[in-house]
Amino acid sequence: MYSKKSFRKPMIIISTLFVSLMLILPLLSVIVNSLSKGWEFYVKSISTTNVMSAIRLTLFVTLITVGVNTVFGLAAAWLLTRYSFKGKQVLATLIDIPFSISPVIAGLAFIMMFGRMGWAAPIVDAVNSITGWNIKIVFAIPGVVLATIFVTFPFVSREIIPVLNSVGTDEEEAAALMGAGGFKIFKKITFPHIRWALAYGVVLCTARAIGEFGAVNALSKTRGKTFTLPLEIDALYMAGSADSIVEAYAASSVLVIFAVILLIARNVLEYKTNHVNSLLKEKNVKD
Amino acid sequence: MHVELKNVNKTFGNFQASKDICFGIEKGKLVALLGPSGSGKTTILRMIAGLESADSGEICIDGKEVNNLPPAHRGVGFVFQNYALFRYMNVYDNIAFGLDVKKEPRKKIKERVHELLKLTELEGLEKRFPNELSGGQKQRVAFARAIAPEPELLLLDEPFAAIDAKVRKELRQWLRDMIHKVEITSIFVTHDQDEAVEVADQIIVTNKGRIEQSGTPYEIYKRPKTAFVSEFVGEPVVVRDFERLRGFDKADFDYAIVRPEFVEAFKNDNIHFKDIIPYAQRGVIKDIMFRGNHLELKIDVNGTELITHRSMERRAVTIGEEMNVVIYRIYAIRNKESVLMENSDLTALDPRGKRREKYLYSDGGYFVG
Amino acid sequence: MRGYKAKQDRRMMHAGHIIPGFGLTMGITVTMLSLFILIPVASILVYSFSLSLTEFWQIMTSESVKFAFLTSIVCSFVAALINCIFGVILAWTLVRYKFVHRRLIDGLIELPFALPTAVAGITLSKMYSNTGFPGKYLSAIGLDVSYTYLGIITALIFVGIPFVVRTVQPVLEKLDYQYEEAAHVLGAGRLYTFRRVILPELTPALLTGFGLAFARGIGEYGSVIYISGNSAKEHTQVISYVIMQKLNYMDYAGATAVALVMLIVSFIILLSMNIMQMQQSRRTNNV
Repeated sequence: MYSKKSFRKPMIIISTLFVSLMLILPLLSVIVNSLSKGWEFYVKSISTTNVMSAIRLTLFVTLITVGVNTVFGLAAAWLLTRYSFKGKQVLATLIDIPFSISPVIAGLAFIMMFGRMGWAAPIVDAVNSITGWNIKIVFAIPGVVLATIFVTFPFVSREIIPVLNSVGTDEEEAAALMGAGGFKIFKKITFPHIRWALAYGVVLCTARAIGEFGAVNALSKTRGKTFTLPLEIDALYMAGSADSIVEAYAASSVLVIFAVILLIARNVLEYKTNHVNSLLKEKNVKD
Repeated sequence: MHVELKNVNKTFGNFQASKDICFGIEKGKLVALLGPSGSGKTTILRMIAGLESADSGEICIDGKEVNNLPPAHRGVGFVFQNYALFRYMNVYDNIAFGLDVKKEPRKKIKERVHELLKLTELEGLEKRFPNELSGGQKQRVAFARAIAPEPELLLLDEPFAAIDAKVRKELRQWLRDMIHKVEITSIFVTHDQDEAVEVADQIIVTNKGRIEQSGTPYEIYKRPKTAFVSEFVGEPVVVRDFERLRGFDKADFDYAIVRPEFVEAFKNDNIHFKDIIPYAQRGVIKDIMFRGNHLELKIDVNGTELITHRSMERRAVTIGEEMNVVIYRIYAIRNKESVLMENSDLTALDPRGKRREKYLYSDGGYFVG
Repeated sequence: MRGYKAKQDRRMMHAGHIIPGFGLTMGITVTMLSLFILIPVASILVYSFSLSLTEFWQIMTSESVKFAFLTSIVCSFVAALINCIFGVILAWTLVRYKFVHRRLIDGLIELPFALPTAVAGITLSKMYSNTGFPGKYLSAIGLDVSYTYLGIITALIFVGIPFVVRTVQPVLEKLDYQYEEAAHVLGAGRLYTFRRVILPELTPALLTGFGLAFARGIGEYGSVIYISGNSAKEHTQVISYVIMQKLNYMDYAGATAVALVMLIVSFIILLSMNIMQMQQSRRTNNV
């Protein structure tokens, strides 16, 4: 017999060390630093108007982003797995663009579109002058939302597509053959298959939307108004005083808590998906 | 004709899946589309269902052209190869789905589903989910689901492919009985000739997108019209120079197909065959294979290897043993057409002026001495 | 009316789409993709085409841009390489060994996806500065991490590790023990077996993981800018930082020119990844 024992220990030790040093330590470091000036200072630093406004905006942006991405993700996944048509591969590749692009470029893209010299700026101005609104996109909340949508765009569809591919189209074809309409098929047949994958995609999308920095940084300049939490943290950190750096860590700890919650949600969902798969697995029933 | 296809063609890219398909099916018949994989049989089925569209030609159900009708409006029930049961619905909801879609009243749905549960002997399983069913039960649910909305026509795509070999035989009989009981015109696709022969009233043999032959199982088996059918059905042995076989003249035929049941091998002292000993050839047993309920002999006859079956109840034979061999008939092939050719020695008049017909393949079985 | 219906039916039939919803999902997908991704990205391209070649050349050969590109590419490459090593070790440990804290390590792998990059950035820069742990001890032995290349690489290891682990892990899970046992029965040693039998099986996944980590590294902004020092003189500026700087100085011409080159680079990475994968799968299929 050949034993795998001799490699076991060093491998586990290396893995544990790596994870401790690279992943656990930063988490602890945020918490420790945020509390370095005491609990009262901590509470005070996360309840300033700037931080509170940033938290509110972050949640607002995340909510819209998740909504938009869910609609898109479901439509795109359905389209790419249920039909064959010319240009399908190209479409699938285009959807993945945000994965391979620097978030800073995403921010730049919206500036080049809606900024003072952007080609779409006159259109926005025209809309404003006709309707009497005062819509601003760049350096305003719509820009922040657009940038966040951009960087998280493929998250939901990418989780659903593999599930729909492995489920196959048989059940939906059978239902369509019996005359069921699109929404009935989706509700009764498709949705039960993808609900956990959808939830998983939403978790990933939420995590990224809450934490997005580069793209938003390019499109948001007003502290207390258009700053999301990561931007507020950046501003506090860059202020450089000993107090403001601790305040930055305190604000970061809020995001760390979010991150840990999302991480737990992710693991629960993964467990759920495996669990569902094993439930759906053929039981060996004899004839 | 209840279902009729007229000159139907279908191409996928460069691949022509159906060429000039024409056939008609009478009401209430159970028809098999039989052919090897890639022969276009499933395409035909899917075109009738409306899951594929025909490029040209006409598809009629009950006298109406349905080419442009979506699947749901064709009055067709479909049993998918892997049943495509809705995995997140229980047996009851699966069967009820088609009625539910039609917005039938709840009470009527309940009655119909229970009627079908009873018919298919699935009572008591209505709360189970598809993964908790055996292969046979799944097939029954799929069947019940397909006929629940009372379609004109039932289509089944390889209905036995997903089932264990052992259970398959039982299910064939079950499906046949069930279809005849509900009196619904049905078409099923299969690549298994035994299945087609056992279950169907009529067989349509397909090959390379064309229909080779259509007829009763008996006709397909006994009177193959084309080289393809004679080679696809039964256990064919191809013999190139069949003039080496006594009683046959090759003339301008290309080659011949000899089935095991056409070959008789007997020992010198077998009195049952004494009348035809004069017309026998010598054959040497090359190999003996045990096939469970019979033996399969490989016999060299004048340089040609033939196969025959031998009952286990007959006397033992050994490899190398010399036997008398008579071949009753063959399928002679010319230009891809198949012609039944009888052994001319046996069909000729004997000295007493009688035909030796008792040795011929009279309908109903072949001679076993 | 009937004619219209028949026509509609025929169109549906000709497309060969049995399952309803093609038009709707196609409409949603293409519209949203265009609005949120394609048109903004095209805006960059359109603007950059208005630059003359000499202008473009001047921007690209300026000291800061040239060295920032070099820094980004080299650091991302090194970090992705290191991630491949640790990624395989981690994936192997998680798949092959059962130990007490296995679930914990497995659950933490995605932390870099969940933790906002800005938070990761400020913590890592503090940890590896000469006042943090373990930075204190590293600088005592003359190894300065924060504000040097090493800092950039450290941050990129952090953001890239989940890509490699999560692409290699499923392949290892599916890999049959029989391969190893067969090799062992034939007398191969364990390292030899790993190199000749297991590694080739992992190569396609490893290439994908490497490509993803590399692409992410080149575009990375939030986690890098705090630890990198951003000194033009010491060449510790990354390319995303340079774009952001140009944006802040309203140098849109410069920003778009650099962005264009980055888009091309990430396109080349994706393309070569696809080609390598295709060749790899062709090779294994032929065996």
